[in-house]
Amino acid sequence: MGPERSEPLVIGGKEFHSRLIVGTGKYADPGVMVEAIRASGAEVVTVAVRRIDLDRSEGILHVLDPSEFFLLANTAGCFTADDAVRYARLARAAGFNEWIKLEVIGDVETLLPDTQATIEAARVLVGEGFRVMAYTNDDLVTALRLEDAGCVSVMPLASPIGSGLGVVNPYFIREIKRRLSVPVIVDAGVGTASDACITMEQGVDGILMNTALASADDPVAMARAMRYAVRAGRLAFMAGRMPVREIAVPSSPTRGMVG
Amino acid sequence: MGDTIRVELNGKERDVRAGLTVRGLLETLELEPGLVVVERNREIIARARYDEVAVREGDRLELVHFVGGGA
Repeated sequence: MGPERSEPLVIGGKEFHSRLIVGTGKYADPGVMVEAIRASGAEVVTVAVRRIDLDRSEGILHVLDPSEFFLLANTAGCFTADDAVRYARLARAAGFNEWIKLEVIGDVETLLPDTQATIEAARVLVGEGFRVMAYTNDDLVTALRLEDAGCVSVMPLASPIGSGLGVVNPYFIREIKRRLSVPVIVDAGVGTASDACITMEQGVDGILMNTALASADDPVAMARAMRYAVRAGRLAFMAGRMPVREIAVPSSPTRGMVG
Repeated sequence: MGDTIRVELNGKERDVRAGLTVRGLLETLELEPGLVVVERNREIIARARYDEVAVREGDRLELVHFVGGGA
């Protein structure tokens, strides 16, 4: 891609070179998952904390090398602040890092976050020394409160988890980015490469996605597409787009036409 | 000997040998200690203490690990 200026993403004092974070759920085949993650170029991958199935122990670290990726544990599946705090502590005790992708779900049908509980849990976890990246909706006030609580990143959704609807409210995503100092990583809802590109063109710092890759017919090819889409969207944002006009403006000279 | 105690393991009642430490329990279950996090009666047991913490009758144990997940 030629001499592209490297512009690292810094979250909580740690530098990353990919703006794409990927999940590890829902893959039909663990080998395809690892190949897709590699094709995506992501450095940070999310994992969940669950009970060991004592009849059939198959943790993800049997297929995913923790020295190859930065493991970001989530609190997926938690519906209360207390549960999320408990899961975060369990994740930290796994011994990899003190980072947590905090999510507290408020509604089963839409998987929209319980923002009040999320803020509550964020305060507790920040107090315990966690670096909290908080999943939230596209509400500016909640995003501001999460930043105030000490989160190292705020992660508004593009649209509901697993929906693939793309970014439904670009205006609020831009507002959140404009008002926050911590990195804004859009989390959930991106379905295909154009969604990722449009999301990055809003100026956000990165995207987290899972289902868009895992549920594609060819996860590895989609991962490659997403890698370029995230970069393209970032580059386009940094380049500063032309103004939108409702009328045509010729791009060839109007003078010097043969008479 | 053959003494057993009853514990709750990941939500299910289970009889295990009496006198086991947390490490001994993990060995019995053929689990790699480095990949497991143990919570006993809602308290996380640090890995460095697996050798010294004993499993007792009625303990509620949660053995967890990382699995695939996104959001």
